[in-house]
Amino acid sequence: MTQPGGSPEVEIRGVTKRFGERTALDGVSLSVAARETVALIGPSGGGKSTLLRCVNGLTAFDGGELRVGPHVLRPGNHRANAEAARQVRGLFGMIFQDFQLFPHLTVLGNLIEAPVHVLKAAKAEARQRGMELLHRVGLADRADAYPRELSGGQKQRVAIARALAMNPRGLLCDEITSALDPELKGEVLSVLEDLKRDGLTLIVVTHEIGFARRTADRIVVLDEGKVIEEGPPGQVLDNPQTPRTRRFLSQVLI
Amino acid sequence: MKRRTGRAIRLCCLAWLGSLLGCGRPDESAELPPLRWAADAQGGAPYIFKDAADPTQDIGFEVELASALGEQLGRRIEFVQYRFEDLIPGLLRGDFDFAMNGIEVTPDRAAAVRFSTPYYVYKLQLVARADEARFDSLESCRAMGGVVGTLGGTAAERLLDELDVEKRVYDGQVEPYRDLELGRVDAVLLDLPIAIYYAQPNAKLKFAGKPLGEGQYAIALRKEDEALARRIDAALQRLARSGELRRIYEKWRIWNDDQEVLVRRPAIADAAAVPDPSRRQFAFRDYFPLLLKGAWMTVLVSVCSMAVAIAIGLPIALGRRSQIAPLRCLATAYVEFFRGIPVLLLLYLIYYGLPGVAEYLGLPVGLRLPAFAAAVVGFGLNYGAYEAEIYRAGIGSISVGQWEAAASLGMSHGLCFRRIILPQAIRVILPPMTNDFIALFKDTSLVSVIAVSELTQRYQTLAKSSLQYAEIGLATATLYLLMSVPLGYLSRYLERRWGKGQ
Repeated sequence: MTQPGGSPEVEIRGVTKRFGERTALDGVSLSVAARETVALIGPSGGGKSTLLRCVNGLTAFDGGELRVGPHVLRPGNHRANAEAARQVRGLFGMIFQDFQLFPHLTVLGNLIEAPVHVLKAAKAEARQRGMELLHRVGLADRADAYPRELSGGQKQRVAIARALAMNPRGLLCDEITSALDPELKGEVLSVLEDLKRDGLTLIVVTHEIGFARRTADRIVVLDEGKVIEEGPPGQVLDNPQTPRTRRFLSQVLI
Repeated sequence: MKRRTGRAIRLCCLAWLGSLLGCGRPDESAELPPLRWAADAQGGAPYIFKDAADPTQDIGFEVELASALGEQLGRRIEFVQYRFEDLIPGLLRGDFDFAMNGIEVTPDRAAAVRFSTPYYVYKLQLVARADEARFDSLESCRAMGGVVGTLGGTAAERLLDELDVEKRVYDGQVEPYRDLELGRVDAVLLDLPIAIYYAQPNAKLKFAGKPLGEGQYAIALRKEDEALARRIDAALQRLARSGELRRIYEKWRIWNDDQEVLVRRPAIADAAAVPDPSRRQFAFRDYFPLLLKGAWMTVLVSVCSMAVAIAIGLPIALGRRSQIAPLRCLATAYVEFFRGIPVLLLLYLIYYGLPGVAEYLGLPVGLRLPAFAAAVVGFGLNYGAYEAEIYRAGIGSISVGQWEAAASLGMSHGLCFRRIILPQAIRVILPPMTNDFIALFKDTSLVSVIAVSELTQRYQTLAKSSLQYAEIGLATATLYLLMSVPLGYLSRYLERRWGKGQ
């Protein structure tokens, strides 16, 4: 299904999602090209995280269609979607706000768990690759530590390394610095910038406007389940077109 | 029975009227409180048992005897339900005035209580299955190594001990015959009245050999109540001479020539007449090995039951969490059912009830579980329900985020459960599970109802026959504590190590 010459890596077409009475996503359409970095911003409850979870198949949606690489997710929670979701997760890793490291495993144990049991990699190879990734995020000396012994920033860097261990084409990052003290946010964001340089596709839900301006190729503003504005950082942040975007930016840029 | 009580009451009223008019017997005033008579209506027929036609009524030859005694004494007799094995200690505690319940006169009992004139001369009867061809007496049964069922703390049990016959001790007198029918024991040795009532009408059973042994039932009173004891002796003599005793016994088909002695030679409240050579005080070195055997059985039942409970608990817990509604319903029904009925009832159902069900349904298998297996299945099913709830709570305590994180790494539901959720949940589950194990460990004392000789059952048998309730009780308690306290420490250790800190 992948067409040569730049078919989008992720294509979201008219996706809707309701939680009971509340409409979380109201016909969202969005394309993300390979190697692109897209920042999703907007007020709380605007649907950013829900959209990201739909892309990873963690949340079933009610209408529209979603394509990741060659794999298509359709509305509803059925068997065909489960298989597609598995495939999608092979292409995109997901990083969570609250890390979700496995507390009963060491740092290295967290990294090799999925490669060994899902990809059936040899343990020795997985460990070697795991150590390389820990080097990359600057935590090689903590390989044998348990998650509870790490700081928040270190935990989040381990979580990123754990996702990278599955060799994804991209990452979905769900407010990954929101739970961190300000002085720890930088170490995590610089890892992301590093990954962008390596050519990973990144979809980042964030409140760090400075990071979005620096790193994102495109900023998408979601409010009340709709895309209300999108464009290059300079355009969206400096010259917002809608009053709602202006109001949101004036609140976060204080 | 109703009619007779009515007569007794009318008689009391007459006596009261008489005393008002100044012409009554001076020593027996109707204003005296009723005499409290204790027996075990669960013990069974023909002594005292529930009337099948009206289960609110107790009937039996002892009920009629008590009523006749009341008339003789001019006192109302009030029935007190009491566990058979506790009748003597209960009497000594002062819970009632006298015990009459097929209590055999033995030297050790005679040392503790004042026995009345005997009111019945019993013998012991060996009963076998109707098709039994291997033996026809206790002697030949022993020679072939047969297992003989009997009631704990009775003369029959002592006789089996003396002859060194392999025995199986029960709490009730119905259960040994049931197990005999089911082939779990080879024969049953019990008092003749019991055999007449339960075994004789049963076509599947037969009397093996002639009655053997001989002893007397007497009413047990406190030694300090000598005056009452004398009045009861006199009343019994009057009943024997007047033929009232014979009338009652004939009605219950337990009159025989042995009883003539009660009429001819009535005043023999003499324990020495009973052939029981040894004064049964147990020495520590004699009873302790028996207690140890019981303790071993307790451990065995607990450990096996827990293994079954764990094996059942996990799938049920998963069923309760399942997306598939019928599975969820089944698992919920399991938990509600087995958590909601007493484990004692469950043991009865499995041990005594299942063979009947199998027969009724015409199943090719008999479902006659041996006692040990029935105990393990019963406790396993019961505790399986508790374990399931503990596991469910433990699994539920792991955050959804862990499932999602594992899923986002491409792990399947099953793989995630095995590698990520379960290892974390076990840390939450282990402390309450250890707790449950300690509870189970003590609960196993209930299996004595299906004749498994665990620690408490051993204690009861030993204490009953020696009356050393306190001494052997302390030894038994010590054994329980030696086993349960370390478990408690293990539980707290696991809690400290794993319960928190995550």
